Amino acid sequence: MSKIHVSTSVNGEPVEFLCDASASMLDALRGPLGLTGTKEGCGTGDCGACSITVDGRLVCACLMLAVESEGHEIATIEGMAQGETLHPLQRKFLEMAALQCGICTPGVLISARALLEKNPDPTEEEVRFGLAGNLCRCTGYDKIVRAVLETAAEMRETVR
Amino acid sequence: MNDMTNKWIGQRTIRPDGADKVTGRAQYSADFAMPGMIHAKMLRSPHAHARIRGIDTSKAEALPGVKAVVTAKDVVDFPLDKSVMLGIQDMRWMCRNVMAREKALFHGHPVAAVAAINEEVAAAACALIEVDYEVLPHVIEIEDAIKPDAPILHEWNTFEGKPSNIAGTMVLKTGDVEKGFAEADVVIERTFTSRPVHQGYIEPHACTVSYAADGRVTIWSSSQGQFMVRAMTSLLTGVPQSNIRAIPAEIGGGFGAKTIVYLEPIAVLLSKKSGRPVKMVMTREEVQRATGPAPGSLSTVKIGAKKDGSIVAAQGTFYLQAGGLPGSPLRGPVGCSFAAYAIPNVLSVGYDVVSNRSKVAAYRAPGAPLGAFATECVLDEIAEKLGLDPLEMRLKNSAKAGDKAIYGPVFGEVTFKETVESILHHPHYKAPLDKNPAPGVKRGRGVASGFWYNAGGESSVQVNITEDGNVVVTTGHPDVGGSRASIANVVAELLGIDHSRVSVLIGDTMTIGFSNLTGGSRVTFASAMVATASTEKVIGQLKERAGKIWGIDAEAIKWEDGMALPAGDNAGKFPPLSLKELAAKANEMGGPIGTQVQLNTTGADPGFATHCVDVEVDVDLGIVRVLRYTAAQDVGRALHPGYVEGQIQGGVVQGIGWALSEEYLYDKNGRVDNASFLDYRMPVCSDVPMIDPVVIEIPNPKHPQGVRGVGEAPIVPPLAAIANAVHDALGKRFYALPMSPPRVSERLEQP
Repeated sequence: MSKIHVSTSVNGEPVEFLCDASASMLDALRGPLGLTGTKEGCGTGDCGACSITVDGRLVCACLMLAVESEGHEIATIEGMAQGETLHPLQRKFLEMAALQCGICTPGVLISARALLEKNPDPTEEEVRFGLAGNLCRCTGYDKIVRAVLETAAEMRETVR
Repeated sequence: MNDMTNKWIGQRTIRPDGADKVTGRAQYSADFAMPGMIHAKMLRSPHAHARIRGIDTSKAEALPGVKAVVTAKDVVDFPLDKSVMLGIQDMRWMCRNVMAREKALFHGHPVAAVAAINEEVAAAACALIEVDYEVLPHVIEIEDAIKPDAPILHEWNTFEGKPSNIAGTMVLKTGDVEKGFAEADVVIERTFTSRPVHQGYIEPHACTVSYAADGRVTIWSSSQGQFMVRAMTSLLTGVPQSNIRAIPAEIGGGFGAKTIVYLEPIAVLLSKKSGRPVKMVMTREEVQRATGPAPGSLSTVKIGAKKDGSIVAAQGTFYLQAGGLPGSPLRGPVGCSFAAYAIPNVLSVGYDVVSNRSKVAAYRAPGAPLGAFATECVLDEIAEKLGLDPLEMRLKNSAKAGDKAIYGPVFGEVTFKETVESILHHPHYKAPLDKNPAPGVKRGRGVASGFWYNAGGESSVQVNITEDGNVVVTTGHPDVGGSRASIANVVAELLGIDHSRVSVLIGDTMTIGFSNLTGGSRVTFASAMVATASTEKVIGQLKERAGKIWGIDAEAIKWEDGMALPAGDNAGKFPPLSLKELAAKANEMGGPIGTQVQLNTTGADPGFATHCVDVEVDVDLGIVRVLRYTAAQDVGRALHPGYVEGQIQGGVVQGIGWALSEEYLYDKNGRVDNASFLDYRMPVCSDVPMIDPVVIEIPNPKHPQGVRGVGEAPIVPPLAAIANAVHDALGKRFYALPMSPPRVSERLEQP
């Protein structure tokens, strides 16, 4: 079966790739696009390690067909920092030891950013439910939740 | 107790691998690729128990795109009659676990592997392999496996003279329990069950392997020990260790289960046959079906105490599931359950029971949580019966320095009491709890304690000074939770330089000396010890160099704040020489500056933890929620407090999952029914509260910074602490885990 040609945008850059009709967006990112920061923990949409945004909306890349990205804006962990300047969430995660093994971290950061874009002043409970689709087995979530709450406070302060 | 004179030890520094991990650049095992690489898949047994009469791979090999096929006949055989041990692993079982030999012992057991131009072709080829199975009756549960008429997995294994599924025993004994129970005022005996739980790391097992034309092998994989990967791969393939370069990828969680290999030897054999680099990545379903888990258990614990609460006798009988091949972690429950207590009469017995499940793997304090679940619940019941505070009862019975531990050694320091007292005096334990906050809602509080041995062992490190006067530290241990950050703190502290000038990386098996597994709560203990010794040698070299430059004796020189200085006025007056200045002059003054230290580290004192938890039970739905959790532990010295707290918090939440929601479910054909993250229910963010770690720092006198192990002890108490809290809420004891909604509802309907 011949491959399908897809034109899309990843982290603000126009890209093209070829894929099988059955390939997931996760396969395309990790394969032809070479963006391995998006992780595969389950392939069934249960762990959130492959969280990306499509036109700003949070999705599991493993549950989306690669061909569906045609004409849309994909954002992955590789586009979160601007050069040497980390996103406030990335910086806060490092300062507050909100990661251990780090395999879930890209997905957690993408989800947390999507949450804060929708709700810049979340309660602890809102953060916990906002990140409930991202499994983390190392941290017990405590430091992740605190880091997201602190980042939100800091970002609100910066806006003011 | 942070020493205020320390600049880096005890500080929450940014971890050396941090920027890579928050930007997606860190390379985990599935992130590697090589030119010309092909892909491999396993064919797995569709039966829980079957004799393999023959395997015909000819159709698979004929499929276009297939490059190599491997079966058990390609794997080095370790005959059943002779044990070959690598650490705690018997290679007889490892060779049969990576590829089924005489029998398929569980659903999902690998029987063949195919490498092909892509995964789809490899999977199609797997489907063409014809395996002639003689399907046998299977057995899953311990209770069934130990029945006299149970299907026997290994006919050659006998127990008490008859073929049996009991593959091993362990007995620890002190005093005379019968005499002890006779002296007791109260004796309580209970039987407990728990289900197997998976370690639940988010990164599936994966590797990329290149077998070159000259027989040299390179392995990129994530594991808890690149030297374990090298040794097991060597034993199972026959490739000498000196030809294997095992490069540790970043590891996406292990918790014990990545202390053995599943894929690497098979990938080596496929790469050798095909002449191509081979990549193998497990699916989540394969991980859940065929790796790990921790054993399920059937335990009976009997404890006798005097009216004043002093324990006079304790007896534990622990049956653990080994899975299809022998080797459950008996020393966990048998050795740890009673270790924190001074009990004159103890009999602790473990049985290793095989059944048609995947072979168990280590999981954080292997086996100890199962023993503590039984023991700490019986203690709670005794305290209740005697009208004693459960924490006061633990204080009364705490082991002391000089006591002989049931597992052998004489205790040096025992810091168990400190953990109990810190909970006893914690605001959480004193806070009022409204036990009936609303109709249909009950609340309760529980406590429990835990013990883990901790460990030292082999560790290697290099400390090299760069030409521009900075530092590169190479360690031999994969970093599962921030050990690089701790080592950087230690080296920066000793050298008196800014933390950012120290880089820490993990060497591969050809660039650093032998280092044992990351496991057993040993790595920060061992690696900080060798890093200290190596850095002190480097400081010695730096003083010698300064001595040469100044023309004075090295002994007349001191090292302070990153500089060599004359030790006193008698030494002469010289301007200080910084690390950068000495590095710049290194070659003219004797050559490169750097050292390697390799030690078998000793002096890892045991770890103690005491936890307190509040739960809320929805009586109608049977849902137990954790409202508040406080976990006290003596860590000796927190080199990096953020990652010490993280170990405690993560261990507790894994314990919460074990207690409330996680379990393997099997169908009647012996197949795992919930091999996905949707149906195997680990705690998510909205399931748990903040976890309050009480980090007690009583320095270990046998370690240069005072470190004790941290990672294992936090998962030992939660099972019992939560069961005790649920009892406090409902007035009913739970002897079976998990306390999931259907089981809680069922129990509430019983009288």
